Amino acid sequence: MSVSLHTAVGLEAMSDEMDDAIVEAEGLRKRYEANEVVCGIDFAVAPRECFGVLGPNGAGKTTTIRMITCFSPLTAGRLEVFGLPVTPANHRTIKARIGLAPQEENLDPDLSVELNLIVYASYFGIGRAEAEKRVRELLVFSQMKEKARARIDTLSGGMKRRLILARALINRPQLLVLDEPTTGLDPQARHLVWERLRELKRGGVTMLLTTHYMEEAAQLCDRLVVMDRGHIIAAGTPAALIERHVGREVIEVFTGGDALRREHVLALTRPLGARVEVTGDAVVIHVNGQMDAPAMLAALAGEEFVHRRATLEDVFLTLTGRELRE
Amino acid sequence: MAPIGLFRGAGRVWRRDMESWRKYYRSSLVGALGEPILSLLAIGYGLGRFVDFAGVSYAEFLAPGILAAAAMNAASFEATFGSFTRMTEQKTYDAILATPIGIREIVAGDVLWAASKALLSGTAVLLVAAAAGLVHSLWALVLPAIALLTGLVFGAMGMVVSARAPAYHFFTYYFTLVITVMYLFSGVFFPIESLPGWAQAAAWLLPLTHAVAIVRLCATGPMSPMVVLHLGVLFAALWAAYALAVRMVGRRLIR
Repeated sequence: MSVSLHTAVGLEAMSDEMDDAIVEAEGLRKRYEANEVVCGIDFAVAPRECFGVLGPNGAGKTTTIRMITCFSPLTAGRLEVFGLPVTPANHRTIKARIGLAPQEENLDPDLSVELNLIVYASYFGIGRAEAEKRVRELLVFSQMKEKARARIDTLSGGMKRRLILARALINRPQLLVLDEPTTGLDPQARHLVWERLRELKRGGVTMLLTTHYMEEAAQLCDRLVVMDRGHIIAAGTPAALIERHVGREVIEVFTGGDALRREHVLALTRPLGARVEVTGDAVVIHVNGQMDAPAMLAALAGEEFVHRRATLEDVFLTLTGRELRE
Repeated sequence: MAPIGLFRGAGRVWRRDMESWRKYYRSSLVGALGEPILSLLAIGYGLGRFVDFAGVSYAEFLAPGILAAAAMNAASFEATFGSFTRMTEQKTYDAILATPIGIREIVAGDVLWAASKALLSGTAVLLVAAAAGLVHSLWALVLPAIALLTGLVFGAMGMVVSARAPAYHFFTYYFTLVITVMYLFSGVFFPIESLPGWAQAAAWLLPLTHAVAIVRLCATGPMSPMVVLHLGVLFAALWAAYALAVRMVGRRLIR
């Protein structure tokens, strides 16, 4: 579907001048030769909030993070972190106050868990005694105390993620940047990471998070933007985005890819004025306030369907479409 | 937290490399020390018996060359295979760059680490040579520092190659076309004066030629003012290679 930037996005609410913004971007662009991967985006991250950047692969999420964390010079626009323009002269000051948990595991394989943290602390100019104190706290926080002397290659994926998170906290950052913090983890490991992140949030840490797990965004983010092909195509709180783009509930009718059944379902829904989305083997009906949902459900008797609450995933798929991005 | 300057920052990176090396230092020591010492003994005494040299024994002539070459090799391996692994596969540089440490400190720290390995190898060769009675000048006491300087030069050169390398196989070109050429034509095994004039001129363009010349002056004497010129060449090569390495590593990682 096509999205008209100004009506559907509600950018007004986002670009309100925020005096004490932790991150503020205006017309931010990044171009690699002829290829523009971030095409003029505006957003601001307020203190103590968890701000999500959602989007399919290639949306420009990681590039945005790289610009904020001083890894990638911006091509155009304005970008301020802690009120400081992101320029080489400010890199050190900015990086000293950021904690970055990158997408790729880049722990030091030749050092133990403990030494990974101690060595990392030294890069921030943290003295040995203070570093050891923080490492003890962080190992407890990340539930890795008994692994202090373990080698990195003996850790599970979940432990590595938690260690990366602990490492990102060693300098007590004012902004924690998490690039897909749970990608590749099993549900238990993922929930443990979420629990730790919620605890940090309660403690007042500002977070900027990219993800393509909608549940993660719903669990953690106060506000989020959806990016696609370098643009921000929607912004708001998770609940407002769901309400605005999908409605409260959806009914997913499974047609098995049969064209006749699909037509039949569409014929049933058309008179009710519902917004529908047709996928390979289903018809997804967005239920909004004006619709007579009981009548719809009655009409669908005999069909194979689920009736459920709308989620961010519905918003995401509605906005970014269903075709594969790789 | 105080801001971290170039030297302190480089020191932190050096420290990380050292902590990481402690895990496998035994095998590393055998490799770094064994090869030059065996070469010195086998070539110096084995081959040396068949070489007739004016004034000095072949082992005496060879020892300074082996010392400089050992420093070159130790630093070159570390700054290519070692630094490249940290830059690409392990993403160690990326992890460090998320902190207040910048590209200059990372390159300086890794070059310093490569030079530390050169210091170790060079000093080991010096001790063996001294024990074998091949060292005749008190100037030999500065040789560890010369090994360190040689290591800095080749460490910085190796970093330039690492920054350019698409994959490990690229180092084959560097070691065959640059390092081996220097090993054979910089006066390690024979005086470059025995080369034709044009080749002598070319040999003086190689940094190792100057390192070998300094080591030889210090080990067997007599000391000559020419040493200042050789040192100047090494410092100039170090400065140029370091500046280039910072630029190229920066371009590779900050995009």
